[in-house]
Formats: sequence, C-alpha cells, structure tokens
Amino acid sequence: AAAVRVEELLAAAAAAAPGEREGPRSVSVEKELELEFDLGNLLALDPNPPPAAGLRGAGPRREAALRALARDNAQLLVAQLWALPAERAGGAAGPLVASLPEPSCRLPREKPPPKPRPPTRWEQFARLKGIRRRKRTSLVWDEQAKEWRRRWGYRRAGGDPARSWLLEVPAGADPEEDQFAKKRQEKRERVARNEFNRLRNLARAHRASTAIPAPPLHPTGHQSREELGLAARVARVSTASLGRFQPRLPKEPVELPPRGRCSKKRRFEPVLGDLAAERGRQLELLKAMNSKKPALDITRAVNKQLREEDAEAAAAKGKKQKQRGKRGRRQQQRPARGGRKSGARRQQRPAGGNVTGGKRK
Amino acid sequence: EPLVSPSRKPKTKRAKRFLERREPKLTENTKNAMLIKGGNANLTVTEVLKDILLLFPFFSPFSPLRKNITRPFEDQTSLEFFSKKSDCSLFLFGSHNKKRPNNLIIGRMFDYHVLDMIELGIENFVSLKDVKNNKCPEGTKPMLIFAGDMFELNEEYRRLKNLLIDFFRGPTVPSIRLAGLEHVLHFTALDGKIYMRSYKVLLKKSGCKIPRIELEDIGPSLDLVMRRTHLASDDLYKLSLKQPKALKPKKKKNISHDVFGTTYGRIHMQKQDLSKLQTRKLKGLKKRPTEKSAQDGGTSPKKPKSA
Repeated sequence: AAAVRVEELLAAAAAAAPGEREGPRSVSVEKELELEFDLGNLLALDPNPPPAAGLRGAGPRREAALRALARDNAQLLVAQLWALPAERAGGAAGPLVASLPEPSCRLPREKPPPKPRPPTRWEQFARLKGIRRRKRTSLVWDEQAKEWRRRWGYRRAGGDPARSWLLEVPAGADPEEDQFAKKRQEKRERVARNEFNRLRNLARAHRASTAIPAPPLHPTGHQSREELGLAARVARVSTASLGRFQPRLPKEPVELPPRGRCSKKRRFEPVLGDLAAERGRQLELLKAMNSKKPALDITRAVNKQLREEDAEAAAAKGKKQKQRGKRGRRQQQRPARGGRKSGARRQQRPAGGNVTGGKRK
Repeated sequence: EPLVSPSRKPKTKRAKRFLERREPKLTENTKNAMLIKGGNANLTVTEVLKDILLLFPFFSPFSPLRKNITRPFEDQTSLEFFSKKSDCSLFLFGSHNKKRPNNLIIGRMFDYHVLDMIELGIENFVSLKDVKNNKCPEGTKPMLIFAGDMFELNEEYRRLKNLLIDFFRGPTVPSIRLAGLEHVLHFTALDGKIYMRSYKVLLKKSGCKIPRIELEDIGPSLDLVMRRTHLASDDLYKLSLKQPKALKPKKKKNISHDVFGTTYGRIHMQKQDLSKLQTRKLKGLKKRPTEKSAQDGGTSPKKPKSA
C-alpha cells in the first residue's frame, strides 16, 4: 500500500511540468509583445494594449483586473532583475545585492552642462612646452625637528617664516636697510601680483564667455588689387584738404580731375596769360556776331533728331527680335520697308530736304 | 568661479558648499520636486499632495499650508522664482475650480525655466489612509511599469511617461538589494484615462530562483485625465537632453563584442619564425643525432648521450 502511494505521488509529480509548475506558483507570464526594460531605472514598458474587457466597469472588478495586469508585468520585471549579476554584500550571510546597469531612458537634465573654463596663460604655456604637473608629497622631512612635517601651513617644515628673528644682510646690500621690512614688502608684492593675475584670468574667461561673435572681416593680406587701390584713393582724399596736398608715391599714377558732376570748381584762365590767344578769341567772337548765319543750324539739328529716332527704333526692334526669335526677324524685315515711320519721315523731309538731298534709308 | 562682486561671494565654507551644490555639474544631483497648493485647492488635491509627500521623501514641500495664487499656464514667473529659490526642478501644483475640478499640474524645469507642464484631472482618488494595511517604508526606490500602447503612440503620452519616470524614479543607484524591491507604481493608459496604482510587492517561493510576485494594493490610487499640456519645443527638449561629452564611456580600442556576449580582443604581434616555435616537448619527436647531422650538414658537435 505504501509503495502504491509513493508511486502515485511520483506520478503526480512527474505529470506536472518539470521546472516551472503551472498554477499559483508559476513565474512564467504570457505576453503578446515583449516588454521593454530599463533596469537602471527599474522600469518596464508594456506596449500591449490593456485588456479592455476587464477594465470597463468601475469598482472592484476593475481593480482586480488592474492588479492582475500589474502582477504580470511586475513578475517579468522581477525576473529580469533577478537575472542580473548579484553578489552577497558583507559576507555569506549578507543580503543579495544586484548591480544595476546604467539607466538607458533619456531624461532631460536639470541644468545645462557646465562650460569648461578657458585655460589660463600659465596653462596654455605649460601645454605648449609640455610641462606636466609633478605630484608633490604632502609631508616633508624636517631635519631640525627630525620628523615629517607638512609642506606649508600649520607647523610647517622649516619653521614659521613670520617668526624668523634673524635675517642675514646679503653681500651687496646697504647695511642700513631694514631686511625685515624688505621681506614683508616682497611678500606683499608677491601676493598682490598673484591676485592681479588671478583677476586677469577671470576677466579673460569672462570676456571669452560673453564675447559677441565678430563678423568675418578680411584681415590685411586678403584684399584684391582693386580693393587696395580703392583703399589708397579713399585714404588720400580723407585729409582736411581733400587730398590736394598729399604727396604721391614715386610710381603712383596722377589722377585726372573729376569730371561731370564732381567738378564743382570752375577753372579760369590766368588774368595776364596768353595775349595772342586772347586776341584770337575776341576776333572770333566779333566775326560770329557780324555774320548773317543763323545760330542754330537747322539741318544739323534735324539730322541729329533723326539719328536719335533711328537709334531708338533699332533698339526697340532688337528687343522684339529677341522675343520672337528667328521667325520674328524674317517676318519683321518684310513690312519694315513700307512701315509707318519711314513714310512719316518722307513727309517731313521736304522741310529741310532740299539741302540734304533725298537719300535716306 | 564667475565674476561676482565681493558682497555676493560666500564668506563661509557652508555657504560655499551650498552654492556649489546648486551650480551645473557633470553628474547632477537627484531632482527635487516642490509640491505647491494653488488657489482654491480642495481636500482631494491637498490629500494627493500630502500622500505623495509621505511616500517619496525626496520631494521637498513648498509650504503645503500656504496657498499660492498663481496660474501656471498663464504666468510661469512665480513658479520659476520658487524653483530658483528652492533648487527644485520638478513641481506638482494642485488647484481646484469649477471649470477644472481637482486639477493637478505636473511639470519640470530646465535651467530654472519651465520645460514641460501637463495638466491632469483627478477623477478618482483613494488615499493612503483609506487602504488599511502595512505600507512599505518611505524612500524605497519604486519599480515603474507603464502599460498601454498609448504611451508609445501618442506624443503627449510619451512626454507624460517621460515626466512621470523623471518624477518617481528617485536617486540613481549602482546596485540594489533584491529583497528590498517592495514598491511598484503601475500606470495604465486606457480610453483616454491613466490609471495610477501603487502596490506593495510580496515575494513568494516558487520552484526556481526567481520568486513569484504577489501584489497588494497600498495606495494612493489615482484615475487621471489629461487636460492641457505645455510641452517644450523640440529643439529646447533636445538641448535639455544633451549630455556633456565627458560622461560618455571611453571606448576601448581593439575590443569588440559579438551577439552572444563573447568579448573579442585584437592583439598585434610581430612576424614569428614558425620553425623556431617552442611546442610541447615530446620525447618521440626529439631530433635524433643522425637526423640532426643530416640537417646541419654534419657541422654540429655531437655530444655523446650519457644514459
């Protein structure tokens, strides 16, 4: 009978799945989509849509459904956490401690990251020269006191410098000079210089951090020949006398006086200059006044007008031809011969036509 | 130190430590939160704030008794002032009015300016007092679980999830006592509502190493509805996420990992003369004197072997 019972027990045990048993003691959870874990934050993200059926109605049913969902998710998270490398803290009997990885969820910072301060002048020099900081021991052997004393500070090696009661007068110094006062003065100077340099470094760092980015300028050496010439010209004219008395360089070309609107100064001949030229000019003037020729040469005026009109027409035709292309040019040429304008011109001609003749395009 | 006038510089070591704690650092301090009661905060909202304070001691209260008449969504200057004074980058602002009953605004700051703000309405609240059982000790780092596809799909929900993680995760620790994992905060997003439930974890025996989890509701439990949001613009958010380069782990050259977790290393060696390689000494393979002489052309001296 006992043997049968044992067999039954074994059969029952074997019938249950080996390893994880179903039912109230199982640790396995079925999920459609895998959960995402961030173990550094003890975080689990379940992308599955929650079972809406259980969660519809309010009250204890919903609470039970929520709890079941939470239980499943928590089980998965705990399974992940238990899988982490763990060790017993504080010996064999201590608590089991798991080492967490870095949190992978990206969370915004509280404050912007600190800006590294710019290197001081000494730091730049040291980097340039390759000087590295030597690690100094904190204690120094004091021969007099026969023990290890600190390098500086309270009870330093070599005694308190303020208590030095004897100072030698150096070889080349004035015997009346107060050496103690001199030492104190030197210390004050050193401290002041150190403080001054520290403040200067701070100011440099501050200036560097608050500097407005300057617009890109072209430093000397990057200007073209024209730019340089312009710069030289502008510099020449930027004197009180507008460059009239500026000496020129040996090869600098002489500039022509400005023409057109720039020439504000009128030029006059000298009072007692070329007498023959003056005489000639006056006689010409008298000749012109006596002659019966009309002042305005009508033919010339008319020809000038015609020429202007021709130029305008040609310009307009050119534009139209560009717009129309090859075909337009061919079409344009045919009616041009008997066009309106040439006809009109032929009518005008008789006014001054006797003088010039009839040959006109 | 920045250029400060001598009157503003710290004169004591304690003051200096205080200021050093507040300045930007490579690895930052744990974020602190301020819980503020707004104008016309009713019992529900006050209870919520008090409960959160009880469970999470790294939330520093900002005078829960006094009411601050501010509207965070309209004017953020007072919030920013409080944040600067108390060095808190997270805040929870509770208020109540007819249009928005049982209102809770959860938000965070970047550089003492408001980064994100989300207004939640409390529909259903069960307080810690109402659930009568043993609670877990205050200050336990909670396990956070977010269930629901809305937390992945909707942009606002995603930001809310990020905010909630930021709020409740607590200090970042390198290792954790496995038996001390007692608190679980579970957020479910369903039908436009977010159900926040807080459970105590009971570790039961199971057949294997991993314990079986049973949960016990301890509260507080909140049913929340998302109302207005004030999310940071993308570039401001990206700026706030930026980590300094010094924090990035230094990459070791010549080391690679494969899918199975095996670490491979690369060693560079000079060219080896394989004929001179020292292998295992097997007596049978030892060169006989005759073979040696044949190889060397009979020049090598032969030592008679003494048995």
